[in-house]
Amino acid sequence: MEILVCVKRVPDTSENEIVINSDGNDIERDDLVYSVNEWDNYAVEEAIQIVDKVGGSVTVVTVGDDESEEVLRREMAMGANNGLLLTDDAFEGSDGKGIATILKGAVEKGNYDLILTGAQADEGAAQVGGMLAAMLDYPYASLVNLIEVGDGTLKVGREIEGGNQEMNEIALPCVLSIQTGINEPRYVGIRGIRKVASVEIPELSAADLGVDAGAIGAGAAKVKRVDYFVPDTGEGAEMLTGSTEEIIGKLIEYLKAKGGLK
Amino acid sequence: MGEVFAYIKHAQGVADDSALELIVAAKKIAPGASVTAVVTGSGAELDKVCNEMAAIYNAVWKIDNAALAYPNAEVVRKALVNILPADSIVLLAHDTFGMDLGPGLSIKMDSAFAADIVGIEGVDGGKLKIVRQEFSGQVSTHVTCDISGGAVLNIRPGVFQADDTKFGGAVVDKSGDAGDLSAKRKFIEVVEAEAGDVDITKSEVLVSVGRGIEDQENIEMVFDLAKAMGADVSCSRPIVDAKWLEKSRQVGTSGQTVKPKVYMAMGISGSFQHLGGIKGNPFIVAVNKNPKAPIFQVADIGIEANILEFIPELTEAIEGL
Ligand SMILES: Cc1cc2nc3c(=O)[nH]c(=O)nc-3n(C[C@H](O)[C@H](O)[C@H](O)COP(=O)(O)OP(=O)(O)OC[C@H]3O[C@@H](n4cnc5c(N)ncnc54)[C@H](O)[C@@H]3O)c2cc1C
Ligand SMILES: Nc1ncnc2c1ncn2[C@@H]1O[C@H](COP(=O)(O)O)[C@@H](O)[C@H]1O
Repeated sequence: MEILVCVKRVPDTSENEIVINSDGNDIERDDLVYSVNEWDNYAVEEAIQIVDKVGGSVTVVTVGDDESEEVLRREMAMGANNGLLLTDDAFEGSDGKGIATILKGAVEKGNYDLILTGAQADEGAAQVGGMLAAMLDYPYASLVNLIEVGDGTLKVGREIEGGNQEMNEIALPCVLSIQTGINEPRYVGIRGIRKVASVEIPELSAADLGVDAGAIGAGAAKVKRVDYFVPDTGEGAEMLTGSTEEIIGKLIEYLKAKGGLK
Repeated sequence: MGEVFAYIKHAQGVADDSALELIVAAKKIAPGASVTAVVTGSGAELDKVCNEMAAIYNAVWKIDNAALAYPNAEVVRKALVNILPADSIVLLAHDTFGMDLGPGLSIKMDSAFAADIVGIEGVDGGKLKIVRQEFSGQVSTHVTCDISGGAVLNIRPGVFQADDTKFGGAVVDKSGDAGDLSAKRKFIEVVEAEAGDVDITKSEVLVSVGRGIEDQENIEMVFDLAKAMGADVSCSRPIVDAKWLEKSRQVGTSGQTVKPKVYMAMGISGSFQHLGGIKGNPFIVAVNKNPKAPIFQVADIGIEANILEFIPELTEAIEGL
């Protein structure tokens, strides 16, 4: 099975406090630690496990800049066979549809049976996978938490509300968005990263991909971020202050009053 | 602006809560416009939902077809593309079904898509101004969405509070226009969640732990605190993904819905999918090392602290009472 996994480089929210810059037009990016989008890591792990079982290869692809290459290398250190960096100034300012259009160009240059994305990324949109599938006219399932490979089809479980699972049969080729928890992504050590440090990663531009410049970038984007802001959320919590002892004393009084201690 | 539609999710003849929220959102986008509920399904259950919606929406479009008995997003998409006029503004709930349907629907309708909308500020020159969140709610953004050629708008559940306004309209049967509904994805069955050793939906006091606990070994201190308080232990999703606790203890939209009196959120950031599982307006205590964590916006009491130090100290203090 030839599998393409779409991955994105995002600020790591477990490592950073996200702060808005003084102009309100971006977040403070200077000291941010970046990593691969959490969901995409599960997607790559799943792809590797499928190929381990049924053969084939895993290609990881990202739309980004030079710095995005590091996430491709990281996923190759996990076990992905190939990387593809889609990069061009014309991609700048693309909305979700623009990103899907660029990725479609990469899909069409290859011969993939299965395309995986993460369920969502840093902007919480959960859109690129479903858009890509519709553009390709491939079937799609989102929030996948189980994949069983059949003959020309897959049996996939989708996570739905309340912890229930919706089982579907889906024809190949298809696009699936992967939910966290589907597997346990393997650990990548320094040695693994070093092993792939000098592997050549092809870079493809809009022209290489045959993507129409009018369909991507800021010009084509129907959805545009205007600014970042801190919402006025009313009161918020009463923050307990003082020494730890004082805080715990106040908290225990509250817990007693609210029935929190038995 | 095109005509405005809301897709109504339903099960067992009952409309989802989002049905009442989507009309509130729709009237914010197009205050004077007629809003049509689109309901797909089959048989008596579908009729029941259509009649319920006819009391609320300006009009109801019913699409009855055996292929729509279960809402398979690919089949629903085909029906909608065949029936909705070009330039339609379609509202969906941003839940597991709306995420499945919305992005692809927007491509097939050749319209704009905006996901997980939490605020609507109005339309200006064909552009809808909305509020979204990024980085799991850590920052908010204003976003413009060009809806002049139509749009699919996914609305976050629970944000636009249902009100009592009822418009009332007729049910129009559009089943004949559904067209070819064959699909490359076939629904097989729904597998129900397994029950665990504790039923957190019945707990009065929950000590809930999130990724802030950092390591599997530290889970034990959470049980110690819960024991001292006479509480049960629940958690956020990453704890279940890491297999540190069983799925039945997960609070949230893809886990359990709990309604305790007191909810202690320890090292939980407060994503909307987590908060979506907390009902009944409990007294929420949040302990988090990041003073900007979104959980502090919804908590009653907040404490800025490292839970790895705070939990043992609190346990000791309660044990000493
Ligand atoms: C379709 C879908 C369904 C989902 N369903 C659910 C669901 O049902 N339930 C759910 O919970 N999530 C769900 N999620 C995931 C959700 O979006 C968040 O990713 C998740 O809730 C985050 O969990 P968290 O708050 O524990 O982790 P994080 O967001 O990583 O937050 C950890 C917090 O701990 C704090 N922290 C770190 N270390 C410490 C320390 N030592 N002391 C104190 N504080 C510390 C950090 O400041 C941070 O605020 C779903 C996602 C999707 C896409
Ligand atoms: N710039 C990008 N490059 C490659 N894949 C992406 C990019 N942006 C989003 N994706 C894919 O789409 C998924 C969902 O992201 P989103 O729709 O932005 O929430 C991610 O998990 C990735 O798999």
